[in-house]
Amino acid sequence: MSDNISRRNFIVTGLATVAGISGLGIAAKIADRYGLLAPDHEGIFGVGEALTYGAQRILMSHHSLVREFSRSEISKVSPVNHGRPHYDPYERLLSGNFADWRLYVDGLVARPTAFALADLKRMPSRTQITELNCEEGWSYIAAWTGVQLSFILHLVGTSPKAKWVVFYPFNDFWGSIDMPEALHPQTLLAYGMNGEDLTPDHGAPVRLRVPRQVGYKNLKYIARISVTESLKNIGDGNGSAAPEIGYSWYGGI
Amino acid sequence: MRKISPESDSVTGLASQVPEALYAPRHSVLVRVTHWIHTVSFIALVVSGIAILLAYPRLHWGETGTLGTPSLFDLPLPFVLDLGIRGPGRYLHFLAAWVSLFTGLVYAISGLCTQHFRKDLLPRESDLRSQSILKVALDHLRLKRPTEEEAQTYNLFQRLSYLTVIFFLYPFMFITGFAMSPAITSVFPIFVNIFGGFQSARTLHFFAANFLVLFLFIHVAMVILAGFTKRCRAMITGYSTARKKLS
Repeated sequence: MSDNISRRNFIVTGLATVAGISGLGIAAKIADRYGLLAPDHEGIFGVGEALTYGAQRILMSHHSLVREFSRSEISKVSPVNHGRPHYDPYERLLSGNFADWRLYVDGLVARPTAFALADLKRMPSRTQITELNCEEGWSYIAAWTGVQLSFILHLVGTSPKAKWVVFYPFNDFWGSIDMPEALHPQTLLAYGMNGEDLTPDHGAPVRLRVPRQVGYKNLKYIARISVTESLKNIGDGNGSAAPEIGYSWYGGI
Repeated sequence: MRKISPESDSVTGLASQVPEALYAPRHSVLVRVTHWIHTVSFIALVVSGIAILLAYPRLHWGETGTLGTPSLFDLPLPFVLDLGIRGPGRYLHFLAAWVSLFTGLVYAISGLCTQHFRKDLLPRESDLRSQSILKVALDHLRLKRPTEEEAQTYNLFQRLSYLTVIFFLYPFMFITGFAMSPAITSVFPIFVNIFGGFQSARTLHFFAANFLVLFLFIHVAMVILAGFTKRCRAMITGYSTARKKLS
């Protein structure tokens, strides 16, 4: 009799495991179709990432604006973790005040374009006073001025197939955000900070400002933006350089 | 499998040997399973939390705070930035938080449905008599080992501390955690505004975590005092004594 029980237990456990694993696989497929699957969803830690990203994407789908602060709340100190790249092409552009710098926008777009800094500054600008939260634990408030990334993406005409926007800076710390984040009204390509041009250490000439994510997603020294349907063949397929050094791709926490 | 009925000889025989095995277990299956899953996720949260904290072991009050601005409290800990523990620490912290959330919800919902909280954790009227409070307090002060009978229910201090952990400290950890997420506060700014800012929430998250660690130490100390093997066995098998197989 007890043999029967253990056989039954074995079959039930086996079936449950198979159902569980294939259930997870199906859930991942469905999540991916609706843009709810983080690129670094593989491995044991990937489970947590997939849950966090999926849950927050759903949570933020209706109404989501970070708090904006008043001028009097702007912090006097705004630390920098990694200063400007000591990289020849960057330093040459810096010494020329970025007159020769171009922002290349390509990929799944109707009109690949190279924008000069002056072009960006002529576009409708937005200044927002928001908090930058470093994953280390510190934070400061500053006023960032720039052009909404959505404005640029509309100019170049992104394909309906586009799912991710990839950023290539003058250092190795490339990264990407998803389309909803890219089109969010508070997502800026910032060229100004606290009323002045962005300083080199703060990411001159242009940094990405995604205030709904922690500091390291706000990439600095941007050189090229590429719109894509898949992140699989870029880098090691995890969507940014962050997972290579042990950090999650998604930074909404 | 043999049917067990009160009339069955073998059961009467067993009853005289291991009477406890026939009664309801000290802890329900659900409490036992969630207890141990939760033990693992809590340890993971503490360890990874320390790995994250060490990047910036300074605590501020209000919205913002960085090096070069006044802190509320500088913890006597080193700044650890180059060890590579923080990235994996963050991955682990949020994975363990999900495990803790799911386990906690299963535990809380079932505890409400089965009236576990009302029956086993809410202080009984008899617990609140001054004589009874005095006795429990003295027992604790004298580090008196509870009798097997006393160990079958929770005493007043257990009830109050468990209720505090379950219904105050744990939810508080989650809410102060949500307050540190720029994505979550973009939808619900109230999570951060009630604490007066991001840095206040971080500081409160730290102190509440300390209370939970303190609770863990006292909890384990009390388990040792009450008989480590017996109490652990009760939380694993449900019974504090070894159980004879019924079939």
